[in-house]
Amino acid sequence: MTELLSSFDIPGLTIALAGNPNSGKTTVFNELTGAHQHVGNYPGVTVEKKSGFLRRDGETFEVVDLPGTYSLTAYSQEELVARSFLVDERPDVVIDVVDASNLERNLNLAVQLMEMGVPLVIALNMVDTARGRGLVIDEKALSDVLGVPVVPTVGSKGEGIDLLIETAVSVARGVGSWKPADISYGREMDEALVDLHAAVVEEKLSGDRYEPRWLAIKLLEQDEDLTAMVARSSASSRALGIVRKVAHHVEVTLDDTPENLISDYRFAFASSVVKSCLARPREDRRNLSDRIDAVLTHRLGGPVFLFVVLWFVYRFTFTASEWPVLGLDMLFGWAHRAVESAMPAGLLRSLVVSGVIDGVGGVLSFVPLIMFMFFFTAILEDSGYMARMAFIMDRVLRVFGMHGNSMLALIVSGGIAGGCAVPGIMATRTLRDPRERIVTILVAPLLNCGAKLPIYLLLTAAFFPAYRGEIMLLLTLIAWLFVALAAMLIRSTILRGKPSPFVMELPPYRIPTVKGLFIHMWERTWEYVKKAGTILLAISILLWALMTFPGLSREQEQRLVDRGATEGELAQERLATSAAGRIGGALEHVTGPLMGFDWRTDVALVGGFAAKEVIVTTMGTAYSLGEVDASGSTQLAGRLQREPGWSGLTAFALMIFTMLYAPCLATVVVIRRETGSVRWAVFSVVFNTLLATLVTTAIVQLGRLVGLGG
Amino acid sequence: MSERARLTDMMKGQKGIVLSVKGRGAYGKRIRDMGVVPGAHVLVEGEAPLGDPIEIKVMGYNLTLRRSEAENIIVELEP
Repeated sequence: MTELLSSFDIPGLTIALAGNPNSGKTTVFNELTGAHQHVGNYPGVTVEKKSGFLRRDGETFEVVDLPGTYSLTAYSQEELVARSFLVDERPDVVIDVVDASNLERNLNLAVQLMEMGVPLVIALNMVDTARGRGLVIDEKALSDVLGVPVVPTVGSKGEGIDLLIETAVSVARGVGSWKPADISYGREMDEALVDLHAAVVEEKLSGDRYEPRWLAIKLLEQDEDLTAMVARSSASSRALGIVRKVAHHVEVTLDDTPENLISDYRFAFASSVVKSCLARPREDRRNLSDRIDAVLTHRLGGPVFLFVVLWFVYRFTFTASEWPVLGLDMLFGWAHRAVESAMPAGLLRSLVVSGVIDGVGGVLSFVPLIMFMFFFTAILEDSGYMARMAFIMDRVLRVFGMHGNSMLALIVSGGIAGGCAVPGIMATRTLRDPRERIVTILVAPLLNCGAKLPIYLLLTAAFFPAYRGEIMLLLTLIAWLFVALAAMLIRSTILRGKPSPFVMELPPYRIPTVKGLFIHMWERTWEYVKKAGTILLAISILLWALMTFPGLSREQEQRLVDRGATEGELAQERLATSAAGRIGGALEHVTGPLMGFDWRTDVALVGGFAAKEVIVTTMGTAYSLGEVDASGSTQLAGRLQREPGWSGLTAFALMIFTMLYAPCLATVVVIRRETGSVRWAVFSVVFNTLLATLVTTAIVQLGRLVGLGG
Repeated sequence: MSERARLTDMMKGQKGIVLSVKGRGAYGKRIRDMGVVPGAHVLVEGEAPLGDPIEIKVMGYNLTLRRSEAENIIVELEP
């Protein structure tokens, strides 16, 4: 979209959209830009950057949606990103989307934007809801006391958007230089700021990036980022000296910090503004949202409802995507056969069929799943229920070093057997603390995704036919056990750190807008297809090569055919002599004594790295049964039962190993993408495989000790 | 003068006015940015099913925080 537009349009003005989370900022953004959106990341961080274009009277404006924040400190990536964007990109105008029913807290951000001096317009959003709650805001008074234009809007209905655009454009056109607002923070801080301002100007600390007054405030707040910047340029800065003196004084006399004092005064200012423009009824009245919460977060009803919702999301996602997935499977199956019959047998055909078509098919078969999952995630998020899930589950997950918000990701990944870690990991975006997010990402693949089920079904059918249900339940419980243990282990070693504060808004319940849901679903899905698709295709070709080369020479093949080898035996021999087969053979020296896996199991597990379904199909080839479909052929089950090396113990060991070992490629690629680092992707492969080896070895050795298996 | 209490000691449905918020750095700032500042009216709405975190109403909206965090908030109880 961007490329298309920029080829004939040069955006005139840049409009930045700021606002608290839950202020309806995204809805206003969607109204402004429609479908012309572009999602990316801010350089170097995983914070999402959304921008779009707004066309009006033949002109094009760029609209940038800043991350939703409550403040502009250096404590969170989002806030830092929002603030750096304002400072560095100097948008022509900033629209601050303010929730009209939550004016006081929302003004805290507006005041900070005024301190920066940005050309500002306030969108007083969701005025209809506020009115419904008896809050009547005098916009004229608000505008007068702040000195900023105020436009009432209802983003979800598109009301007031035209006037908002008009106002923003005229503000953008009218501004010369930025004018930081001069707000009082009490006598002591005000006096300090006068000195500090003078020092900043005298020492030329602000350069042309910052407004001196704003920099002075930030230094007085002992903002980590900006203090470090000043300290780098002059360690003996007079400004920093002033800050140290004031901070010491505040410490001694009030046992507090200048930062906290400034915050309190900012809020006092916001309160006084609110008093001047709002006839406020007592706000203790229980509103509709509170009454819904009385049920949904009830001591007993709450958890029950939570599990019903999760079960529904999960069921519906997998049921609804069944047909599209089947359709895609058929399409790729058809393409597979069509190419197979159209091309002469040989390496090129094998590459196109097994490497490219099956590879692309593997990527695309996740798409319907991801689409539905994002659709439901968007509903949960936009309705406000997601915050309640976190509220209910936080106490449990905290024990394991995770966060209330980890719950959804774990369920989606296969917390109820049959999920998928790819959308699950993408659902961790709601976690703000990087350590809690990474630990959730790392443990999610241990759960039982849908692709692990065929091998479970196969082995249960072969060795525990009377206990199918029990085995599945047992495997689900074991998976959760390892999620908890692994999370605790990771959080007490490499990702050690205090739990992040759980101070979270429980937004009022809202009905999500259809437009918002679809935009959300579409952009996330497209992102997956684009980025994961390209890498996955490359790796799937690599794996194909591993399982194909060097293979049998022409003479070897001929000799086998002469001896009357069947097509299945040929395939087995080809696999055995491929690089993957040789790796399997080498691994047998280790896996045999430890876990009782021979080369055929090993090569299947190597193949399962591409996608866990491949384990069953590769075992089929390795046991020379020719094509075995992924649903687990009874033929293969019978064959395993008769194999001398196989016992119930081996079967159980292989199930546990499959559960715990390296995540599939799709997942690894997504881990790399979501953590922004190859390191975590590699860690996940190594850690999970080690964990699987250790646990499986323990099971097999203990089992043998007590006389199980043989 | 009326009674003081920690936010964690308040009962469901009880009201108060924030007197002070201990805590510095990221936590102290975050809790203030959410509107828990001296002078703010708070009402305890309840707690999560397992007793933690708690939910309060402040500045007309609902906020949840863990007990370990709410402990640092001193409130003057409203009769």
